[in-house]
Amino acid sequence: MASPLTMYEKIWADHVVERRDDGTCLIYIDRHLVHEVTSPQAFSGLRAAGRAVRRPELTLAVPDHNLPTTARVGADGQRLAIADPASAEQLAALERNVAEFGITYIDAIEARQGIVHVVGPEQGFTLPGTTLVCGDSHTSAHGALGALAFGIGTSEVEHVLATQTLLLQQARTMEVRVDGTLGFGVSAKDVILAIIGKIGAAGGTGHVIEYTGEVIRGLSIEGRLTISNMSIEGGARAGLIAPDETTFAYLKGRPMVPQGEDWERAVAYWRTLPSDAGAVFDKTVLLHADDIAPSLTWGTSPEDVVPITGVVPAPESFADPSKQAAARKSLDYMGLTPGMRMQDVAVEHIFIGSCTNSRIEDLRAAAAVVRGRKIAGGIKQALVVPGSGLVKRQAEAEGLDRIFVEAGFEWREPGCSMCLAMNPDKVPAGERCASTSNRNFVGRQGPGARTHLVSPAMAAAAAITGRLADVRELIAAN
Amino acid sequence: MEPVISVEGQAYPYGVKNVDTDIIIPAHWLKTTSREGLGKGAFETVRAVAGNVFDDPAYAGSPILIAGDNFGCGSSREHAAWALTDMGVRVVIAPSYSDIFSGNAIKNGIVPVVLPQDAIDRLIDVAREGQPITVDLETMTVTTSFQDRFTFALDPFRRQCLMEGLDEIGITLARDTAISNYEAQAMMSRPWIAGESQNAGIAVKGAGRT
Ligand code: SF4
Repeated sequence: MASPLTMYEKIWADHVVERRDDGTCLIYIDRHLVHEVTSPQAFSGLRAAGRAVRRPELTLAVPDHNLPTTARVGADGQRLAIADPASAEQLAALERNVAEFGITYIDAIEARQGIVHVVGPEQGFTLPGTTLVCGDSHTSAHGALGALAFGIGTSEVEHVLATQTLLLQQARTMEVRVDGTLGFGVSAKDVILAIIGKIGAAGGTGHVIEYTGEVIRGLSIEGRLTISNMSIEGGARAGLIAPDETTFAYLKGRPMVPQGEDWERAVAYWRTLPSDAGAVFDKTVLLHADDIAPSLTWGTSPEDVVPITGVVPAPESFADPSKQAAARKSLDYMGLTPGMRMQDVAVEHIFIGSCTNSRIEDLRAAAAVVRGRKIAGGIKQALVVPGSGLVKRQAEAEGLDRIFVEAGFEWREPGCSMCLAMNPDKVPAGERCASTSNRNFVGRQGPGARTHLVSPAMAAAAAITGRLADVRELIAAN
Repeated sequence: MEPVISVEGQAYPYGVKNVDTDIIIPAHWLKTTSREGLGKGAFETVRAVAGNVFDDPAYAGSPILIAGDNFGCGSSREHAAWALTDMGVRVVIAPSYSDIFSGNAIKNGIVPVVLPQDAIDRLIDVAREGQPITVDLETMTVTTSFQDRFTFALDPFRRQCLMEGLDEIGITLARDTAISNYEAQAMMSRPWIAGESQNAGIAVKGAGRT
């Protein structure tokens, strides 16, 4: 009998075009997502070398990073100009490039527009067992559907456009198993924060993570996307979750999924993908749901995780001297002192959005906390930025927009927004934001901005109380 | 791409751990459609603090950067590699790199040398004394004028790309027959992947649901 394989090994084997003597493999890429920020230099490279796009129909382009989240169409139905000339030029370049190279494009004013990693699954562009790449590190998100999905640099974007392949070394495998049942008020975001807190920001380097266990199995596709999305914050270029009935039910009938007989054949193939019993991972990490509380970050690395009931750690509490030094710098940047209770930290900004937490379930979870309440007086800005136009429509149909607006939130157009502050949505220097995004790096949400990564429900709780708060107390009060 | 065989010169004794790509080049510098001129924005937040290594005239124009663990973590932006190239850096020496960054570095002729932390500590001392460091891909060594000698490893294909300044896309395009054969076989075993043949793969009907 053949030896048992992990899901990663199966997908890899099915995509090897050629293996070189040194072990490097030419890997076929089934799906390629393109956005405006990391693609212009790739298209100019093709143009300079006189090269064509090999399979334009396997690529989907959508603008997201740069777009302002204010209205895109005026009262007269005309498209509004983008104020920042550099952003406008990058968006115009994408439009020119997709037209010239014949690539499917979702326009900024279509309902289907959104963050690449929200659009891919939503349109059924992301399929189990495919290789999927994008010039963006959070491409790991798509692994939630069982796709081998990872971020690439612009030279690789150009390589995929020209050849539909990449030259890669096989990664090592790492299983992260989460057993048990999640407690009251604990979400997928808390699970992935706990995982990164445990393995560290470089814990998954060189590995592809497969998330397994009862907790993962029990999550919706939205929750799984949140988990897989942040694999890269633990150093892993890709994360995988085995496709199952939840996956098939999510995909069926979406615009870009196979139909009819092809659907049946595809599902039969997808059922062969999960790791075999007895498959061996290079590393295994175990967590138990009982140990996971609503969590958040205190520092400037996504590994700086504490439960909301915790305190700001003392730098001396870390064994590694370089981590102690990093913690000192982080605390200085974050304006926090060791021993402070996380729940006593006041915030001025709230951001509910990003490819980690901007899907319909995320907005529902936040709205459930906000309903019938008002944001606290100290909050200067509270943004809700849906992940796509379809999420926005769905939320409006459910009346979620009114709950947010009545509470004092701003209800915006879809895009990356305050996750990376490339558009006008920024946190001012020295001010603090409870954010549902994925990176708390120095300057990520604007120069000098202080970020605490939280779940949507926790961001809502922070908006209502004006400080980092335990969402369980607010839900209990409902 | 310029071939790199040996790089000799001073080094920035930076040494910081978990340097993310937002530190190497902040997001507001990414609104460009070219690869040039990003050196101006490199390490902007670090350089905002007086006494930083990047503005110290003793290290100006160094071709080598010494850093801590997990260098280049975070975003996939190749702008980080372009910014380093633009500031004249041809070699980074660190205990580890993010996978995406090391790939981007090599594609831009930057050598990501991996050495253990004690070697890094030693090289930082050498750099602080203003002494040159030599990184040689022929012998796969890092040497100093104090007789230090550290060997490092790099996978053979990446080493060849660096030393010959190879165009990877050109290499892959030469494998066109193999790619076409793969596509023909995939069309049989997984026909739903292809857009054009069945038109079921990527056909778009309506906007869809959340
Ligand atoms: S939402 Fe943030 S993390 Fe996600 S793709 Fe956009 S910028 Fe990147």
